[in-house]
Parts: sequence; C-alpha cells; structure tokens
Amino acid sequence: MSYEILGISVLWFFLYGYLIVASVDFGAGFFHFYNKISHQDYQVNKLIQRYLSPVWEVTNVFLVFFFVGIIGFFPDTAYYYGTALLIPGSISIVLIAIRGSYYAFNTYGSKDSKIYSFLYGMSGLLIPASFTIVLTISEGGYLDVSDGNVTLLLGELLTSTYSWSVVVLAIVSVLFISAAFLTYYAYKAGDDASYTLFRRYTLWWAFPTILASMLIFFSISRHNPEHFSNMLDMSWMFILSLLFFLGAVYLIYSKKKLGLAFVLVMLQFFSAWFGYGASHLPYLLYPHLTVNDGFVNETMAIALILAFIAGLLLLIPSLVFLMRLFLFDADYVRGKR
Amino acid sequence: MFMEYDPAMFSRMLTGLTLGFHIIFATIGVGVPLMIALAEWMGIRKNDEHYRLLARRWARGFVVTVAVGVVTGTAIGLQLNLLWPNFMQLAGQTISLPLFMEVFAFFFEAIFLGIYLYTWDRFKSKFRHFLLVIPVVIGASFSAFFITTVNAFMNAPQGFELVDGVITDINPLAAMFNPATPTKTAHVIITCYLTSAFVLGMIGAFKMLKGDRHVYHKKAIRLTMTAAFIFSIGTVIIGDFSGKYLAEYQPEKLAAAEWHFETEDAAPLVVGGFLSDDEEVNYALEIPYALSILAHGDPNSEVTGLDQFAEEDTAPLFVHYLFDSMVFIGMYLAFVSMLYLLLSWKKKNWMHHKLLLWGIVAGGPLSILAIEFGWVFAEIGRQPWILYDIMRTPEGATTSKHVDAMLYLFIGLYALLGISSSIVLRKMFKDNPAAQEMEQRGIDERGNKS
Repeated sequence: MSYEILGISVLWFFLYGYLIVASVDFGAGFFHFYNKISHQDYQVNKLIQRYLSPVWEVTNVFLVFFFVGIIGFFPDTAYYYGTALLIPGSISIVLIAIRGSYYAFNTYGSKDSKIYSFLYGMSGLLIPASFTIVLTISEGGYLDVSDGNVTLLLGELLTSTYSWSVVVLAIVSVLFISAAFLTYYAYKAGDDASYTLFRRYTLWWAFPTILASMLIFFSISRHNPEHFSNMLDMSWMFILSLLFFLGAVYLIYSKKKLGLAFVLVMLQFFSAWFGYGASHLPYLLYPHLTVNDGFVNETMAIALILAFIAGLLLLIPSLVFLMRLFLFDADYVRGKR
Repeated sequence: MFMEYDPAMFSRMLTGLTLGFHIIFATIGVGVPLMIALAEWMGIRKNDEHYRLLARRWARGFVVTVAVGVVTGTAIGLQLNLLWPNFMQLAGQTISLPLFMEVFAFFFEAIFLGIYLYTWDRFKSKFRHFLLVIPVVIGASFSAFFITTVNAFMNAPQGFELVDGVITDINPLAAMFNPATPTKTAHVIITCYLTSAFVLGMIGAFKMLKGDRHVYHKKAIRLTMTAAFIFSIGTVIIGDFSGKYLAEYQPEKLAAAEWHFETEDAAPLVVGGFLSDDEEVNYALEIPYALSILAHGDPNSEVTGLDQFAEEDTAPLFVHYLFDSMVFIGMYLAFVSMLYLLLSWKKKNWMHHKLLLWGIVAGGPLSILAIEFGWVFAEIGRQPWILYDIMRTPEGATTSKHVDAMLYLFIGLYALLGISSSIVLRKMFKDNPAAQEMEQRGIDERGNKS
C-alpha cells in the first residue's frame, strides 16, 4: 500500500470513529432535550448523562485529529477546502462551540437548565448537517476554481438534491445510531422505562435511515456518474451494509442480543462508509485534487506515520481503561458508583 | 463597517480575536492541572482533607474552563485552515508533525481528565486516584509544548529548503526544534503555571477579604503563593534567556520593543515613557548598560538598532508598551508572592493583612493581562512576517470575500461564551460554598474526616 492510501485510510478510519461516537453524543443530546420537554426525563436523562459525561471531551478530539491529519498528509486540501469553506466552516465552528460549552455548563454547572439543554440538543443535531457540506462539495460541481482563486457556489449547493439528501441522511443516522446505543446501554443498566423508550426510537428511526440511503444512491448517480459507477463496482460493500442493518433491526425488534445489535449497526456504517470512501478515490476533491498530487513529501509522511503509531500505543490502552471504568462496568452503568 | 474590506486585515483581526480569547482558557488549562495535582498530593501526604477538597473544588471549576478552552481550541485549529489556506498549504509540509502530536497529547489528557473527575470516591486508595491526574498534567503541558513549537517555527523557520516557492528537503525534527523553541516553550509553560497559581490564589484571598477566615482558604493561599513564587523566579530567568534569543535571532523585534533606534555599544534600557508623533521618547526612565546586559550579558556589548532595517521589515513601535506592561506585571507577581512568603516566615500576624490580600487578588487578573500582552507583543513583534523572512502575512491569507462577516459572528460567539461561563462558574461556587461542602463531607476544622 502506498503512503497516500495508508494516510487517507487512517484518516478515514478516524472520521468513522468520530461518526460513531459523535452520533451517540449528538443524538443523546437531542433525546435529552426532547425527553425533557415531553416530561419523560428523570431516569432516561440520568442514564444519558452517566454515559456521556466522562467521554464528551474525547469525542471532540476525534474530529480535531481528522482535520489536523488531513492537512498534515495532504496540505493542498488547505488551499481548496480552506478557501471555499470559510462560511460553512465558520458556522460549524460556532455550532461546535455552543454544543460543547453548553453541554459542560449544563452538566457541571449548579443545576440543569432548560435553555442550556435546548442549546446543546439542537446544535448537536445541526453539526452533522453542517459537516456534510464537505462531503457534498468533494463530489465536485460546487466550486469555481479559476484565476488562482477558489469560490464556493452557494446557489448550486443550496438547490441541489444531492446536498439535501446527504443532510437528511446525516440527521436520521445520528438519531438511529444514538438510539441503538442507548437501547443497549439502558438494557445493561436494567432501566426498563428507558429501554422501552429507546427501543421505540431505534425502530422508528430505522426506516428514514434506509430511505435516505436509497435517496443518496439515486442523487449521486445523477450528480456524479463516474463516482456512481465506481460505487457499483463495489456494490458488495453496500449490500453487506444492508444485511448488517437488517440484522440489527431484527435483533432489536425481537429484543435479543442488544450488544450484538449495536455492533451490527457499527458494521453497517463501517461498510457503507468505507465503500463510499474507496469508490471516491483517487479524488479528494473531484476533479481538482487527488490523493497523489496533494500528498505531503515522503519524509514528513514517514514522521507522521511513526507519530501516529506511537500515539496509538499510548491511546489504545487509555481508551480501553476508560471504557472498562465507565462503559463496561456494570455497577457504574447501574448508577451504583 | 469602519474600514475598506481587506481579507488579510480581517483575517488577522479574527485570528487575534480567537486566540486572544482562547489563551485565557488555554493558560488555565495548562496550569491548573498541576495545581490540582499539588493540592491532592499535599492532602495525601499531610493526611489533610482540606487540601483534597481544594483539589476537588478546583477540578470542578476547571471543567467549565476546559470546555471553553476545548471549543475555542477547535475553532482556532479550523480557522488556521479557513483564514490562512495559502500559509497552511506551504507550512503544512513542515508543521503537521507537531500539530499532530499536540492532538495526541490532548487526546491523552482528555481521556484521563474524564476518568479523574468521575472516580473521586471509586478507589479505596487515595493514592491511586492521585495517579490519574498525572497524565492530565503531562498531557496539558505537552500540548502546550507542541503547539508552541509551531509558533516558534513561524518565528525561526528551518528544516527545509525553499527553491522557487517549492518546499523540499524537509527535516521535521529540525523544524520542530528550531532556535526559538527552547525559550518560547519554556516561557509559555512556566507563565501558564504562574498565572494559574495566581488565579487560584486570588479566589482564596478574595474569600478572606469577604470575611470568611476559614483555615481552608489560608491553606489555599499558602499553597498557591509558594508555587507562584517558584514559578515567578523561573519566569524571570527564562525571560532573560528570551531577551538574549531575540538579540541574536530577531534583533528588530527586540529593538522595536525597547525603542532602540540606533545601533550602539553599552546600550541603555528604556523603561516606560511615551513616543511622540515624530518618534521622540518622552518621560522614559533610562537604565544605563541594561539593554546590553539583557541582550548579550555584557554591559559594553553592541546592540543592533532599528537603523539597520528597512522600515517595511519592522514591527509597529507600540509593542514597547506591551513589552513593558508584561515585564512590570511579572515583577509585581514575583514581589507579591515573595512578600507573602517572607511574612509567613518572619511576621506571621501580618501575612493575612488586608493590603497583601488585595495584592494577591489583583494578581489574578493582572497575570491574565500579562499573558495577553506578552502574546500580542510576540505576534505583532514579528510583523510583517507570517513565516519570518519567508512569507509576508498578507500572502498567507484567504482571498474569500466574507471574512468581515465572520469576524462579527465570532465577536458575538465569544461574548456569549465569556458571559455564560462566568455566570456558571460564579453560581457553581456561590450555591455550594466550601464551608457547606466540608460539613456535608464531615471534614472538621483540622482537616480530618469523621
């Protein structure tokens, strides 16, 4: 494997990690708020807080890791995406800032506030939607590159079926992933009321998730036929994804093996995510930038990969420790510690 | 609004705004974990629950500041790419390694901070819980180290060859460990510690002035002022090295800071004063030989003046005010903490005198101001360069048409975050005063737990 492919795979993998942990986080924030205003909050919300409080900061780092890494491996992305994304990027920053701060203010401040809960619940739902703009413009057709200047064609972006279908998919996936995780977590906590509620949410959000995925296939075939034909070549990955999805929904519907069900949800998104990513290659930004022409020089690539390995050796045991203390410790989950 | 649209100018303003806001929280984020660790360690060693409660309460407030630090840090990370795409395209080839490592250090800190905060009463041994704060201290200081090497690189770029605008022959380690790295990183880290010690000392002193004479606050002041004194000695020493570094590698920055117009031997140091429109220095105190000593450690040495540089290559002269204010506050902090230690040693009944307590309270905001002054001096002082001697600042900026609108957006955001975080912090401690928490936890006057 060339350094380019290794680099982008690692980054893609981290973005996948962010997709999962952030979805759980963002969805939980939304459910926290929704349950509060619909007065079903007491038990449910305590459960959400117990899982999220120790990990919220870690979630954020996954994201920072990705954008620092992509500039590191592919400095030219800074030029194209940096110039074009000033407005959408700034809006994402504002949403992240509101979400992160108000989460902490609400959780660690002296009391639970409805306004704070609204701010972090709603901003959490908008963040994934705002991020999808990067994925959308990477398909090409939304940038004007001329006279050494890059401009975002905002009108094209806002009127395109493709960009809206990605937004819809992002929002419903967040709610689906989060609900699936919380179903499992509530079950482990032995909290029946929360379990029933989240099981209902999961099944409810399963249908729009799959409909939105279909919509993506359809709109991509019209927007970028070259990418679509690459996707067809890798159709087995998407079929696999569908099978994982069906398995997960079946298990949750029949109230069996909820841990496995969540793993299947993770695999569903894993195969779809990597299928999408692999079929997008070699382009980072269609048709202006490929992984080959934007790559950092080799010395730096090796240094980055070494730093990355050293970093993982430090992080993986720490993450395992964190999970054993909070996620897989039955007493903690049940609120006994 | 008030000026003609120039993306480079607005990019500078927005970057300055974000960093100016971020470093308040970042400084606390680097220094407070160390103070928390010191307090918890004292608590275990002396078997005194007061210190452990101190650590616990500091940690609780710390989380709120960390949250704002994290989100504004994410903001500046993204803004670097959004506002300076041309700079990042060039420099991304060399600075990505320390940026990458900074994220790792931060990741490490984030994991253990989560664990530390939620395991206060979970382990039987207090010592095991204390061990968890060590990775937080290490992660915080190392992320400060790595990010400061990036800034050092911008001041003293090396570790690559530039041939017709294309970077080749890269040596990532040489870029990271450039000549500016030792003094810059050391100065940043020690002043973070110093500032945090004073900010925490301020809280205890303020409580005592408000009439709460609990021994808990006295212990807090003693711990923070002892630490502050040590850190201020370190700051003075490293500050002196930084001056010598500037004289050697960036003489025009030192010359602008000191209003040293003509190259001369046995140069005097200009302290304070005002500059008139025709560059006459008024009301300044001149200390003979001091600049030569500061620059080269020799009272008769020659110090390069502004006359050696073209005007378009030097920084604006107002940086002198920033530099002097920073140094003055540094001296003040060293003096207050030393006075406290002297009194606690020789004149115990004066050590909680009202005046001294007010002096400590003033030290909190002043130390934050010194951080801001020092940082603005360092950044404006290297203008017009974004990459010293290689890329001028406007060349690195975005060409986007909407930077002004984004500036106003972020002014609004930081105002909101600043106000809400102050409200939250105030409420947190007002609704749950230390005395009340001691009663709840069954801690008596001597710090024993019943």
